[in-house]
Amino acid sequence: MSNTSKQSGSLRRYVLTRIALAVPMVLILLILVFVMMRVAPGDPISASQGGKLNATELAARRHAAGFDAPLYQQFWDYLKSVVTLNFGTTFSDRRSVRDIIIENGGATLTLTAGALVFATVIGIPVGLLAGRYRDRPVDVIARLASTISYAAPVFVTAPLLTLAFGSTSGQASPLTQLNVPTQTHILILDAALDGDWGAVNDILQHLLLPSIALGLLIVGVFIRMIRINLIQSLQGDYIEAARARGVKERHVVARHGFRNALVPVITVLGLQVAMLLGGAVLTEKYFNWPGIGRQLIDYINQRDYVAVQGIVTVFALVVVVISLLIDFVNALIDPRVRY
Amino acid sequence: MTEPVLSVRDLRVWYGTDRGPVRAVDGVTFDVRPGETLGLVGESGCGKSTLGRGVLGLTPPAAAVDGEVVLRSPGGAGRNLVGLPAKEIQRLRGPELGLIFQEPMTRLNPLMRISQHFEEALRAHHKGLPKQEIKARALAALRGMGIPESRYGSYPHEFSGGMRQRIMIALALVLRPAFIVADEPTTALDVLVEAQIIKILADLRKNFDTSLVLITHNLGIVAEACDRVAVMYAGHIVEQGDAREVFANPQHPYTRELLRSTISLSTTGLHFIPGSPPDLVEPPQGCRFHPRCPVAMRGCATVEPPEVVLPTGVVSACWQQAIEADPALADELGPGGREPLAAVKEISVADEA
Amino acid sequence: MATTTLPTGPIEPDASAKGTRFGGLRRITAAIREARGVPRFMLWAGAVISALFVITAVFAPLIAPYSFDTYRSGGHNFPKQGSPDGDHWFGTTVQSLDVLSRTVYGARTALEVMLLAVVFSLILGVLLGLVAGYFGGWLDRILVLVMDALFAFPYLLLAIVAGFVFSGIAGGGVVTAALSITVVYIPQYFRVVRASALSAREATFVEAARAMGAKPSVVIRKYLFGNVIQSVPVITTMNAADGIGTLAGLGFLGLGIQPTQAAEWGYDLDRAIDDANAGMWWTSLYPGLAMVIAILGFTLLGEGLNDVLNPTMRRRRISKVLLPAHTRRRTVTAPALPDVPEGEAVK
Repeated sequence: MSNTSKQSGSLRRYVLTRIALAVPMVLILLILVFVMMRVAPGDPISASQGGKLNATELAARRHAAGFDAPLYQQFWDYLKSVVTLNFGTTFSDRRSVRDIIIENGGATLTLTAGALVFATVIGIPVGLLAGRYRDRPVDVIARLASTISYAAPVFVTAPLLTLAFGSTSGQASPLTQLNVPTQTHILILDAALDGDWGAVNDILQHLLLPSIALGLLIVGVFIRMIRINLIQSLQGDYIEAARARGVKERHVVARHGFRNALVPVITVLGLQVAMLLGGAVLTEKYFNWPGIGRQLIDYINQRDYVAVQGIVTVFALVVVVISLLIDFVNALIDPRVRY
Repeated sequence: MTEPVLSVRDLRVWYGTDRGPVRAVDGVTFDVRPGETLGLVGESGCGKSTLGRGVLGLTPPAAAVDGEVVLRSPGGAGRNLVGLPAKEIQRLRGPELGLIFQEPMTRLNPLMRISQHFEEALRAHHKGLPKQEIKARALAALRGMGIPESRYGSYPHEFSGGMRQRIMIALALVLRPAFIVADEPTTALDVLVEAQIIKILADLRKNFDTSLVLITHNLGIVAEACDRVAVMYAGHIVEQGDAREVFANPQHPYTRELLRSTISLSTTGLHFIPGSPPDLVEPPQGCRFHPRCPVAMRGCATVEPPEVVLPTGVVSACWQQAIEADPALADELGPGGREPLAAVKEISVADEA
Repeated sequence: MATTTLPTGPIEPDASAKGTRFGGLRRITAAIREARGVPRFMLWAGAVISALFVITAVFAPLIAPYSFDTYRSGGHNFPKQGSPDGDHWFGTTVQSLDVLSRTVYGARTALEVMLLAVVFSLILGVLLGLVAGYFGGWLDRILVLVMDALFAFPYLLLAIVAGFVFSGIAGGGVVTAALSITVVYIPQYFRVVRASALSAREATFVEAARAMGAKPSVVIRKYLFGNVIQSVPVITTMNAADGIGTLAGLGFLGLGIQPTQAAEWGYDLDRAIDDANAGMWWTSLYPGLAMVIAILGFTLLGEGLNDVLNPTMRRRRISKVLLPAHTRRRTVTAPALPDVPEGEAVK
């Protein structure tokens, strides 16, 4: 391959440009989070500790936390905390936000990945079938099913799933009782690294229902997108050209139709993962899954601004990183993107 | 004279729409001999492209096709392609029948390397061809089109329009088809590239004895590259014959008007045919060209003209030649049928308004 | 989030509708009338369900036997967690509230929030989109960045954070909930309107209109009515469907409307989790079902509209063609002319 080096060079250039373009996005997101947190009346300390402390104590605490400093100073401190990945300490239980992320992030990651796997495994074949046999019964059924799955929120599908497939998950998650040495903070990886396959199996079983409940949130979108993409790509000029060369219909549909229909899906995957992260909050609450989403809700109910700001900032960063990764994968698959 | 490699008889391709069937191709008959190039000319919207696709069995599922397309190449074995099972005709497309498209930019799969396109085409028709052999054949075909070997692994978007068209031709030629339809292969390209492509197509028959149907609205190309020409209007072939003879002595008024509309160095003023090709859902009665014909007679609007085989071998579907050939036929036009039809002037006036 | 594939670019107005204010609207109604098959079914099923939802919401006081917070009637308290019977068709909750009444009033709350959210986001999104698209420059660039950031952010999380902030200001009422949801939807209207306004700036007929001295406001209005109006119905219905789900999501997380202010399905579902585990199905089934049906109605309506209006999805109707018998043209052979002297042309 004489032009491999040229291609990898353009890929590297693409990656660097894309990262540079992500910087203003991150900045805007940080400003948004910061502004939202400051729009609320009073300051975080008055809001959470207002009734519990007297005026001088309150002022001392505010000063200690830097909330009487001018806004630009506060924003600068916030930026510094983000860059150093140290998002402060919660008011309510004096935990480091970074520790919360490390300890609970793995569970959210596992759940989201499980949901994505479910949505892919179900969504791609069904979407392709529906698009291939447009307006036939399989298409009509797939469309109705996808619409219903889209219309049913996690907290409706979750109880239904629990009723239908037994209450292995129940309310109290026995997952936390698993005794595996902590290495990655991702329980399933830890168990696998420990060689404890019984525990891996146990985790997978617990993961099943929450993953399906969360995956149903986006599987309808997957089906619909893939269906439409396939219908459009099957009308493509290169499809007719392939037919004119006598390529078997089976190959025309699979090689030219399916493949070209799946590429655009990658580009919207970022939004879908973002949607999963939002849905994860609901899923974690229903299934008592020990992820960050559940932590966020707890801190919101305690009106713990530092914790909320920290967790939301992490979510924002994760979203940007995921969309970057997806763009890179897309550039690897679709040669046109790199130019 | 050698036997034609492709004989089309009474081919009809009609599309279903809400308004009724569109008679895109409505009873077309022609032959193409081995190594012969037939130019198919006419304005856009008169069924040329549909005819090309109809021959290869590439009409959309909603189209109705009948008539005969007899292919006498070794693989075709004299079978009628119309009504052949999809699997059978798919096997013929490529090694027996090739198609080159008008718009080369979107005809290659953007996600596949050029090499993968060749591998796919060759594997579809030659099972178990070794990889080395595939590459050798593909590179030979590309070299013939002037595409350097180093670009074999490139993606379509890395090529210009002219290069892509040459790749498309190489992709068609690598399977050595006996018969190729080229559907306005140069319309989307600039003039220099156009000359290149036309030369490549003209060389085809010298080197491979390939028969070609060249669809175009550019009469210059026909004069340059074609042995015979068929002029199509509103789903019919109105005149066909030896290209030089037709250009020197155009018989059908439509051919004459087309030739007059061509711009050349000797052109002193721009000529155009008033009006536009008719609606093919409800084509005009009688001769389909009569509303735009400068020499139309009353009878042309009611009675369909016969095909007149002239001594030169040219066939023209026009009452003028029919009456000349057999004055007795004039009776069919009815009383006053030979009076000139005045409608033409009105159309051209209405068109300018 | 409306995830149907909307036409991303602005739709070029066809000549027939150019200049007429209601051209866009007329095209929509015409497209709806022409709809057949699955899109037609979805449109009508969606419209019927949505209409039922709206009727239930509007006439809730007439339909529901009790108010959403009534726990006693006729001098004695309702049973606690009573199963469905003649007095309480859908049973009662742990707080002795009538499930039927709460489910019916839940529709009312959902409609209020939905309408407010759609109106707010429509106004703000269209306004910001116009400003950004028509005037361009640094303002446009910043707005686009902000909207992209909002759009990329997980929408439920965004609503949660917005709810968290707004409830600190305005308390946990219908308006707060609507505002939290509004934040999520502004970017969608913004995008569509901005794209349209951008192309309006470049469209030749707008240039001509300006050259003739038309005011920018006139140009914007004419163009928008013909153009944006095609995609707005789809976005709005999809948002309505989504709004119901998001509101319930907030309620389920305990961040939505305070239970004393209105009946809300998500809150009721949250309270019903324990009931369901204890075998009391009625407290979760009815509000859950009502919500799914309502969302389904608007989703079907939105999808049907999308299928009908999205030009790339429209399918030409195919009618089978039966070829009549072919009559071949006669062939006449012209007699060879008697020896023509060389040089003389064949006549």
